[in-house]
Amino acid sequence: MREAEVHGTELPELEPDVPLYEARRKVYPQSVRGTFRRIKWAVLLITLGVYYLLPFVRWDRGPNAPDQAVLVDLPNTRFYFFFIELWPQEVYYFTGLLIIAAVTLFLMNAVAGRVWCGYLCPQTVWTDLFQAIERLTEGDRREHLLRERGPWTAERVARAGAKHFLWLMVAWWTGGAWVLYFADAPTLVRDLATLQAPFIAYAWIGILTVTTYFLAGHLREQVCLYMCPWPRIQAALTDEHALNVTYRYDRGETRCSLKKSELLRAKGEPTGDCVDCMQCVHVCPTGIDIRQGPNLGCIQCGLCIDACDAVMTKIGRPRRLISYDTDINIKRRQRGEAPEYRIVRPRTVLYAAVIAVVALTMLYALVTRVTESISVIHERNPMLVRLSDGAIRNAYVARIINKKPQPREFALSVTGLAGTFVDVVGATRRPGASPVIEVGPDQTREVRVLVTDYDDSREHSTPIRFHILDVAGTERAQTSDHFWRPQ
Amino acid sequence: MAEQTHHEIDKVTGTATTGHEWDGLRELNTPLPRWWLWMFYATIVWSVGYWVVYPSWPLLSSFSSGTFGWHSRDAVVRDLAALKAVRGPMMEKLSSASVELIKADPMLLDFARAQGRTAFGDNCAPCHGPGGGGGKGYPNLNDDDWLWGGTLADIGTTIRHGIRANDQQTRLGSMPAFGRDGMLKREEIEASADYVRSIASLPVDGKADLALGKKVFAATCAACHGEDGKGKRDMGAPNLTDQIWLYGSDKAVIVDGLWNGRGGVMPAWGARLDDTTIKALTVYVGTLGGER
Ligand code: SF4
Ligand code: SF4
Repeated sequence: MREAEVHGTELPELEPDVPLYEARRKVYPQSVRGTFRRIKWAVLLITLGVYYLLPFVRWDRGPNAPDQAVLVDLPNTRFYFFFIELWPQEVYYFTGLLIIAAVTLFLMNAVAGRVWCGYLCPQTVWTDLFQAIERLTEGDRREHLLRERGPWTAERVARAGAKHFLWLMVAWWTGGAWVLYFADAPTLVRDLATLQAPFIAYAWIGILTVTTYFLAGHLREQVCLYMCPWPRIQAALTDEHALNVTYRYDRGETRCSLKKSELLRAKGEPTGDCVDCMQCVHVCPTGIDIRQGPNLGCIQCGLCIDACDAVMTKIGRPRRLISYDTDINIKRRQRGEAPEYRIVRPRTVLYAAVIAVVALTMLYALVTRVTESISVIHERNPMLVRLSDGAIRNAYVARIINKKPQPREFALSVTGLAGTFVDVVGATRRPGASPVIEVGPDQTREVRVLVTDYDDSREHSTPIRFHILDVAGTERAQTSDHFWRPQ
Repeated sequence: MAEQTHHEIDKVTGTATTGHEWDGLRELNTPLPRWWLWMFYATIVWSVGYWVVYPSWPLLSSFSSGTFGWHSRDAVVRDLAALKAVRGPMMEKLSSASVELIKADPMLLDFARAQGRTAFGDNCAPCHGPGGGGGKGYPNLNDDDWLWGGTLADIGTTIRHGIRANDQQTRLGSMPAFGRDGMLKREEIEASADYVRSIASLPVDGKADLALGKKVFAATCAACHGEDGKGKRDMGAPNLTDQIWLYGSDKAVIVDGLWNGRGGVMPAWGARLDDTTIKALTVYVGTLGGER
């Protein structure tokens, strides 16, 4: 049932003709002070600070690797993140990261609905910043509205100009910071300034400047309402225990003006705490009325809580008429029962467990990550070859990876077939020793390995193992394959 | 925007309906934002621009070529030129280095093998197979048996000038058709086939006349294949004592070779491929594992 009916507010009057396409109603969110606003400022400072400054953090990786702590090195197909260095074949780490991100979002949703949207989503963070700039230049809600209804005075032009200029500057710097993740940041900054940077860098800065400017400056809540799939998914994943920004209509209704409610209260007649001041609606960045009940448009930013708390303090009523609350508690309060908050429940435990398992698996994989590896492919054409003296030889392509920033030498040997002779095309061979393969720093090398067997009595297919051993150290790696003889 | 005449209000939600009804269900009118509609129009306009700028429409005998003259083939040509520029320094090194030098430099060797593999796939694979595995009448290039010599220099010469090919310096020499041309009688051919199998340590029928075979071999075959049957590379005569048989080691196959002769052709590539490619091919074939 519709909440509005439950607590008896009037349905909004409808236009006699409802168009198929809706002209946008511009939202002029009013500034607000309070707990949640402070949290939002803190989150904004931290997230944007990290985003803008991270590329300049240095990390010493020795002479053959870049010194940037976080770097996506596309030309060399490497990803660096502090002590982690990932190769293209290790993209499963990103899969793990994506799983953790998705389940964390589920967990956040199970605990407190769309908090991601209200505090952490880049769309929210940048929109918040852009709105702050807007208030700085065009004034707060009332002033802005008045000015927009008035004529185009020189002052209005100057203020609008300043706003768009500042918006573009922030958007530009946002795009600029993005490209810094793909190249050595200090060098790129210098190249950008002296117009020496590659075209692609300018192109990306341009694209991101334009998208940031439009998304954060102009589209704003429209992104959350119409473009983003998360509200739809989230609505299907949530349950009655999740904390949501909620208008406690059991306490707020029946709403009436401050004067009227004071009168009623003096007479001892029942009245709600909501004085219908519309502060909660005016501060809402998505322009909704939270008093109409749970709304797909609400991003759970809590600003209406701050606004209403200020009003409640002023009129001397208890705070948190609007607050983070659960559907269950509203019902419990109506029945006169004490509210209960159950954060620990099967859903949250399961999500937390999945996150822990994936995170621990990834950590284990990272800690035990080897810096060398070998993979072998059996040559298929021909599968085997008979030599003139009757011996059988199989050829393999071995791929040896050296993930260390120094060149290394690996001795290759084959086990599983006693008395075989192993030869490697392009290897150096010292008499009586295994062939030694040099692999450059941070490189992969492919070599042809020839394994010759003189024993005629063996099976058609014999399992064998290829081993590599770092000549200068003790690190080793191995892989298995088969040796074939004619059937 | 379409003029709405039906605007019945849904009782439960208080939202206007579109007036459409299916099996008693009425669709609520939940308007899309107008900017969304304008974006849709903008994409249509954009696509029209695309038709004009890029080649798109099929015409009777050709296609609309677009105002920029953009062509996918030009993009390929540009990419190839860029690739050549990247490979330039390595290519230069490859064309000036000797095969021995290439073998000593791991980087250059890897590069030559990669180039050679591609050239091999384009030119040699139809006869020798994609990995040089060969087939009946087409030598396996992975083994250690070479009709005309298996040093890198020999392999290079064979690729460049071919065997029994249309080339001034090609190498000739073939197995005569002893039976068809009436040089040997059938029993002499049968006996020498048995004898050849015996020197290759292959099982021979007990009734075989090895003495006759030996006599025929010494008189007729030894000139090319040598007294001991070990073959002669300058004539391309195969070693008959080892375990590698170009056409097969069955008696019937050997008899057939003696009767009708053999003489496969390897084309001369000197006129078709440039020197650097031939060098890369030589290194690639040599490093398949047979070079000696
Ligand atoms: S209703 Fe309140 S919590 Fe929801 S978006 Fe608006 S201000 Fe934020
Ligand atoms: S801010 Fe609080 S008192 Fe004012 S309208 Fe909203 S809910 Fe009512």
